[in-house]
Amino acid sequence: MIEMIDVWKTYPNGVMALNGIDVYIEKGEFVYVVGPSGAGKSTFIKCMYREEKPTQGSIIINGTNLAKVKERQIPKVRRKMGVIFQDFKLLPRLTVYENVAFALEVIEETPKVIRERVMEVLDLVKLKNKARMFPDELSGGEQQRVSIARSIVNRPPVVIADEPTGNLDPETAWEIMDIFKEINDRGTTVVMATHNKEIVNTITKRVIAIEGGRIVRDEAKGDYGYED
Amino acid sequence: MKIRTIKRHLVEAFKSMGRNGWMSFASISAVTVTLLLVSVFLAILLNINHIASQIEDDVQIRAYIERTEKSENYDAYQKQLENLDKVKSVKYQSKEEGLDELIESLGDEGEAFSSLKDENPLRDAFIIYTEEPQDTAAVAKEVDKLKFVNKVEYGQGTVEKLFKVTDAARNVGIVLVLGLVFTAMFLISNTIKLTIVTRRREIEIMKLVGATNGFIRWPFFIEGFALGVMGAILPIIVIAVGYQAIFDIVNQKLGTVFIELLPVTPLIPQLSILMLLIGGVIGVWGSLTSVRKFLKI
Repeated sequence: MIEMIDVWKTYPNGVMALNGIDVYIEKGEFVYVVGPSGAGKSTFIKCMYREEKPTQGSIIINGTNLAKVKERQIPKVRRKMGVIFQDFKLLPRLTVYENVAFALEVIEETPKVIRERVMEVLDLVKLKNKARMFPDELSGGEQQRVSIARSIVNRPPVVIADEPTGNLDPETAWEIMDIFKEINDRGTTVVMATHNKEIVNTITKRVIAIEGGRIVRDEAKGDYGYED
Repeated sequence: MKIRTIKRHLVEAFKSMGRNGWMSFASISAVTVTLLLVSVFLAILLNINHIASQIEDDVQIRAYIERTEKSENYDAYQKQLENLDKVKSVKYQSKEEGLDELIESLGDEGEAFSSLKDENPLRDAFIIYTEEPQDTAAVAKEVDKLKFVNKVEYGQGTVEKLFKVTDAARNVGIVLVLGLVFTAMFLISNTIKLTIVTRRREIEIMKLVGATNGFIRWPFFIEGFALGVMGAILPIIVIAVGYQAIFDIVNQKLGTVFIELLPVTPLIPQLSILMLLIGGVIGVWGSLTSVRKFLKI
């Protein structure tokens, strides 16, 4: 499903963010990526959705080697994965419905399919009644639910989340985690970078810890392992 | 691209214009103001050129024939003149016709010359028009060399000054219009850039969701075009109404004078099409250049 082989990433300013990462993630797995700030967690995630290109090594997702993908092909790659961010990244001038529909318009779906699928995922994240609202009229938790809905609306095999609960209060964070569990239960692979110790320790899943650009720990039923 | 995607881009472009109301308004205003200036100056420039050409076309060479020449040779002489380089046409004017013309042009005072009719002091003449008014002096010199020609007149000195003035007027006009068009391009594309810079984040997000560059670019393309064209509407109305009014006044009050403005049609339709084109092209150019910067994510 997701395979990284000897991945290195050095930024143009000389920062060595990843120093030889090897990892294999099975289809349908749920993986936490943890580690202190500046340890390479973000770069690891960014390489997965090809915002950053590795300096060396290969990253194979759904059978495509991201290190070799041409600039023009990047949109195609991104359509096969859902990406969720700490700051939601919703289009501010589009309504909830339009934000979710956008991911389907991009792949030129028929209006009928778009309507059905958008309402289906909005139902899943319990935002059907707010479909006509704009992002700034919603709470943080609701915005994040919209962004999750958008990421899964075209039914990608992988969902990648970069600190999805980072901006949310604990209670809302648990609601978001319920949705991720649901998505994972339906067979979607979930990779989530997080700082939330409580969540990692309560909903126990595979934990990959990154420090100094290397994987220092990889446990099937791990815990957070840091005191912060 | 599928039809429904084209439709989607159109809808998206107009929706975005509505939701970015003030920015759209700013862009349209910038286009309106600059195109208004451009169209006014263009109308003035074209008319200056037109009037200058009228004046220049009135310039003629008069070649007076030696009194000793016999009139049966005149046809041959006319042929000879017509065969000269840069000569457009040659007209024969007998001394009687010449005197009539003189008397008429002087009005009441001309009556005094009527007594000269029996003893005409003028000579028969050829009136020569050159292909380009600017060739007048050179042709006159050639004509003067011919032996049947007694004297050549073409308003020596005055003609040279006239050409200097008309040339200067044209050049100043062209520089002004070019300068204005460049200012317009700069101003309009900058305003449109501003509206897009504020949407940089949106473009970034679209790319992350898997939109291709083309998919992102289309609505901006349409929006830029629409903003430019909309901005051209008011200048077109103003210039059409205003020019018609000025044209009527000039024709009524100054109709007798030699000045004549360019007719409303085809000038106004041509100017309108030009304004729509400039507006549309600058709009598209402004939005595409700014989108391109943000597409490299």
